[in-house]
Order: sequence, then C-alpha cells, then structure tokens
Amino acid sequence: MRSVSGERSAGGLIIILFLICLAVDVFAADQAEQIIRITAKKFEYSPNEIRLKKGVPAVLEFTSLDRLHGFICPDLDIRTDINPGKVSTVRLVPQKAGTYDFHCDIFCGEGHEDMAGTIIVEE
Amino acid sequence: MIISRRDFLKVAGVGGAVFLMGPRNLAEAADGHSTQDDFFFVQMSDTHWGFNDPKINPDSQGTLKKAIAYVNSLETQPDFIAFTGDLTHNTEDPGERRKRMAEFRDIISELKVKNIKFLPGEHDASFDKGEAFQEFFGKTHYIFDHKGVHFIAIDNVSEKTSTIGDAQLQWLSEILKPLDKESPIVVLTHRPLFDLLPKWDWWTQDGAKAMELLMPFKNVIVLYGHIHQENHHVAGHIPLYSARGLMYPLPAPASLPKRIQLPWDPADPYKGMGFRGVEARAGKTGNPEYQLTGYSVINKGGGYR
Repeated sequence: MRSVSGERSAGGLIIILFLICLAVDVFAADQAEQIIRITAKKFEYSPNEIRLKKGVPAVLEFTSLDRLHGFICPDLDIRTDINPGKVSTVRLVPQKAGTYDFHCDIFCGEGHEDMAGTIIVEE
Repeated sequence: MIISRRDFLKVAGVGGAVFLMGPRNLAEAADGHSTQDDFFFVQMSDTHWGFNDPKINPDSQGTLKKAIAYVNSLETQPDFIAFTGDLTHNTEDPGERRKRMAEFRDIISELKVKNIKFLPGEHDASFDKGEAFQEFFGKTHYIFDHKGVHFIAIDNVSEKTSTIGDAQLQWLSEILKPLDKESPIVVLTHRPLFDLLPKWDWWTQDGAKAMELLMPFKNVIVLYGHIHQENHHVAGHIPLYSARGLMYPLPAPASLPKRIQLPWDPADPYKGMGFRGVEARAGKTGNPEYQLTGYSVINKGGGYR
C-alpha cells in the first residue's frame, strides 16, 4: 500500500516535469526556424527585403519563376543557384545585427546588375 | 619624370595619392633611361557597344570612335592595344550579340595599330560561355610575350558565376611553373582578382586562388576593367590597377547606396571615361617599371584633368 505522502510526491514530480516540458516548448517555439520563401525572376527577388532575428535559425527557400538565377550574400557567406522548378534552400543563423546586401551572381540579362536586395538582421 | 613601381608603392601606401600623369608621348618622355626593351601599350576597357541610354551617354555611338581617333593621334603609337572586357553590352539574343560584336570589330578596325588583344567581360561571354566572343575575337584566356614581359590573359567571366574555374586555375599553375620568380608578368583580366566590393559584385569569387599562384613572383602587375574607373590596390606586393570605361562611369566603391550608371554631365562631356597608356621601361634591376597614363575620350590637352 502506497502512502499518501508518496502519492503527493509523485503528483508533485509530474507537475514539475509538466512545467519543465512547457518551458522547453516555449523556448523551442521562440527558437523555431524562420522560414522565408523568396521568388526570383528577371530582374528581381520578391521579397527583396528580408528581415531576420539575430541568433534565430533561418531558412531561405528560393524558387525561380523563369530561368537560372543566383543568390549570393557575400558578407554572410551564403549563396545558392536558383533553378526553375526546384526549391533551393539556404540555412543560416545570423550572428550580428545589421544590413547585408545580396545580389544575383549568375548573369541573367539586361537588368541583371539591378537584381539585388537586402537582409536586415534585427536584435 | 618616370615613377618607378617602388615609388608607386610608396605613394599608394600613404593613401592612394593620384600619380597618373597627363598624356604625353614616349619621345617627349625620353630621359636617357630608355633601352631597346622599352615599350608602350594601351588598355581600353568596357566599351559596351550596343548600350543605348541618352541620359547616361548621349554619344553612345560616337564615344568609342572618338577614343580610337585619340589613340590614332598619339605621336608614339602603342606596340599593342588590350581591350579588357565588356566590348559589347549584353543582349540575350544571340543574333544581336553577334551583330554588336561585328560592329565593334568594324569600328576598331580604324585603329592604326593592328596588334590587338581581346578579353571578354561578362556582358560578352556570360550568356553563352564565350561562344560568340571566341567566334569573333579568339580564345578567352591565353599568354603572349612582349619584349621580355610575360602577359597572361585570364578569363573570369565565362564560367556561370563569373569565376576563373578550376580548369583555368590549373592552366595558370602550369604556365607559371617554368617561369623564374623574377620574371616580369602583366596579368590582363576583366574583374578584380581581389575583394574590392563583393556586395557590388566587384570581385572574382575564386580570384584569391589566382593571386595565390601569382604571389611567389616578384614582378607582377594586374590590369583590369569592370568597375569603369581608376582604382589602385596593392595585394601583398602585387599592384592591381583598374581602368576607366568608354561608355559610362560608375560610382566610387560604396560611395552610393547602389551601384548605378552615373548620368552624363553636359558641363563636362565624357567625364569619368577614358583609356590608359602603359609605358614599360627597363629599371635599374633590368625588370620593367611601369608608368600609367590616363587619357580622356577626347584630347582636352591635359589628360584626365
């Protein structure tokens, strides 16, 4: 026969475990990946301004609406080809707040040199 | 006065003071320092034949022709002329691309000097990996020697992301291997081989690999285009000089939020455009010293200024 005090102890433990799980869930939700979907076409990205939070993992998912494009953000050291009909993914955890320019690095036509945007990393 | 490369490095080291001289000719410059190996060549760049925007250049049809007339008027004609890329402005239409290249070739046939070297820019070669360029102007990377100086033309535009690529880097490594480390080398290319401003695409993604191969050589200079303005940079002991363009100027690195074509200035036509003369003279060590001279599109009597 279990004692009453033992039942109370077990109940307390369950409550504590529940609270720990709740806290972990809240923390995980806070750190959940930011997923940004970006389309590329001659000669623009949409959106061309991407806001990320410092320290929070981010996933940039690119699709091209017309032809092969590139994405490069030299100061964040990330790049990918963007092929039509395929999702290209770039993962990053921005470590420093600031504004970072990106552009297309695969020559795509008359307006290629204007195909650019910015990533803004916020505190 | 001849500015030696050593003097230039000294000048560049104290903040990039302008050292270019006004136009003149070799005969006038002769000071008893000359040897039979002295020579003079011209670099022309970023002619963008086919570009058409009157707000940027209302004389887009005449600028290159005027520069050619200026070169032809130089009292001492260059031994050769090197075009360092973006001969034509880009078009996605292969037929139009070839038409522009044919027109460009016809226009430059007016040059008195017939020894002409061509390099591609991304506007010429990025759409078709240099196919049309090679039909009109030959190989996109190659070497030639001139009066004891090894010239190396590097193609950093035909690959997909405007890189040099592993195959060409291997080729570069092979051609450098037999050369003495004191050998004078002039590298001609389109894009900067160093990270001038990557966010404006003013770099070559694998340019550092080429620089690493060149670094053991003590007498190297790099001449390039792409940024439509003079820029002088020294990487290690290797100076890299960009040239003005012949269609429109671009802003100084990071001086504006965006890299835009600078509009025509009616008060100062052809402002920011021009070409370059390079005078190579045997220095005291026997290796050449280079003097770079800036020329405007038309002879204003005072060079760039």
